[in-house]
Amino acid sequence: MKRIGRASAAFDNVSIEAFACVGGKMEGEGPLGKKIDKIFEDTLAGEETWEKAESRLVQEAASLCIEKSGYSSRDFDYIFSGDLLNQCTASSFGLITLGIPMIGMYGACSTMASSLMCAALFTDSGAAHRSIAATSSHFASSERQFRNPLRYGGQRPPSAQRTVTGAGAMAVERGGRLKITHATAGIVIDLGVSDANNMGAAMAPAASSTILRHFDAVKSAPEDYDCIITGDLGQVGSDLLYELMNKEGVDISRVHKDGGLMIFDRKVQDVHAGGSGCGCSATVMCAEILPMLDRAEIKRVLFVGTGALMSPTSSQQGNNIPSVAHAVEISVG
Amino acid sequence: MSVSKKEYAKMTEKASPPSPSYLNYPKAFLIGGLICCLGQGLTNFYKDVIGKEIIEARACTSITLIGITAVLTALGWFSYIAKHAGAGTVVPITGFANAVVSPAIEFKSEGQIFGVGAKMFIIAGPVVVYGTFAAFIYGIIYWIAQRFF
Repeated sequence: MKRIGRASAAFDNVSIEAFACVGGKMEGEGPLGKKIDKIFEDTLAGEETWEKAESRLVQEAASLCIEKSGYSSRDFDYIFSGDLLNQCTASSFGLITLGIPMIGMYGACSTMASSLMCAALFTDSGAAHRSIAATSSHFASSERQFRNPLRYGGQRPPSAQRTVTGAGAMAVERGGRLKITHATAGIVIDLGVSDANNMGAAMAPAASSTILRHFDAVKSAPEDYDCIITGDLGQVGSDLLYELMNKEGVDISRVHKDGGLMIFDRKVQDVHAGGSGCGCSATVMCAEILPMLDRAEIKRVLFVGTGALMSPTSSQQGNNIPSVAHAVEISVG
Repeated sequence: MSVSKKEYAKMTEKASPPSPSYLNYPKAFLIGGLICCLGQGLTNFYKDVIGKEIIEARACTSITLIGITAVLTALGWFSYIAKHAGAGTVVPITGFANAVVSPAIEFKSEGQIFGVGAKMFIIAGPVVVYGTFAAFIYGIIYWIAQRFF
């Protein structure tokens, strides 16, 4: 492992050994529904509260991932996990039963990328034999924390995104096929967006910044990738990302996909600008992108998790929405 | 970033689709109008059929509309109607009722005191506070006006 640029690293030999994801009913009805390992038809997932339901999601995703890896939870040294709930309780409550040393992460919807980056760093450096990166989000628990009660009747603008109910987990170890080759940590960026109903616009500048820095560090260009997947800019944020990058003379539109646009069918499902939430990019990666890499249908992917770093308090106090994006490059050997 | 905040604000505005007002306005008008017609119908019913005084009939109408909204909110149907109706459900008393009932149901998980009790007016609270305050100011103006005119 070595530093190849500011907050960019090249890994020696570390890979994603196994991955799993779970989703809610609406995600199950979406285009990736059949590819998600387990669908919870019941929004409460058999629990008493939305928060416990979300804990259940991340627990289920991590357990499934461990099962698929062929190891037991004792074989994993660390689990890096986070979510959108205050103090990351979905992860810390949900992962108690696994008994794996846990480091809580917060990067809003970029958490899958930041936890994967940390899992790769720890494992490649030899600090861990194996580690897990995980994250979750739940539509209902996010609604009540960030917006209104679920049964409150209101309208949302077309730029708003729907929080995905889902969780994903990736097991990381040395060696293996699905190599994590490089990663770049993002700089927090504020370009003046303060509308919490337009998070795609808030996050696009962070995505642009991190992608450009990653290209610079790795000495790569959009043509080198089969897919650059952001999570989750939605339609508005994706359009703005192209525009921002075009201004820098870089065109990623031919290889770019966005998790927020893949998880739901915007024509049929009432999701406005697309999906969002930590669970969105996690589910899309585990249900679609990683299996495609595994089947060698695509060879080199840049996964860019994007997060809007506001809280209900910061928004009410009139602050802008600063955002961050972390990039992890994965290729099949 | 080579783009300034000002430039980006313009880009964002261009990229963000506006709300479909050609659809929203007629829907708000129709559904809001229907609720008002229902209200008038109820008032007539309480006045002419039940035989209440007009003031009492109006109070009964409000209570009935609040009751219907509470039931629809509890069943989870109100938000589906409101999604289409917008201001059509917010402006009549239905909006206020939904704003009180929905957090009362939602925050049950935090208990009767810190949940239902504390959070019930989290949305409607400002309406009560500033409604009372406006009534107070109006009262003072009315009192002064009566003295001098």
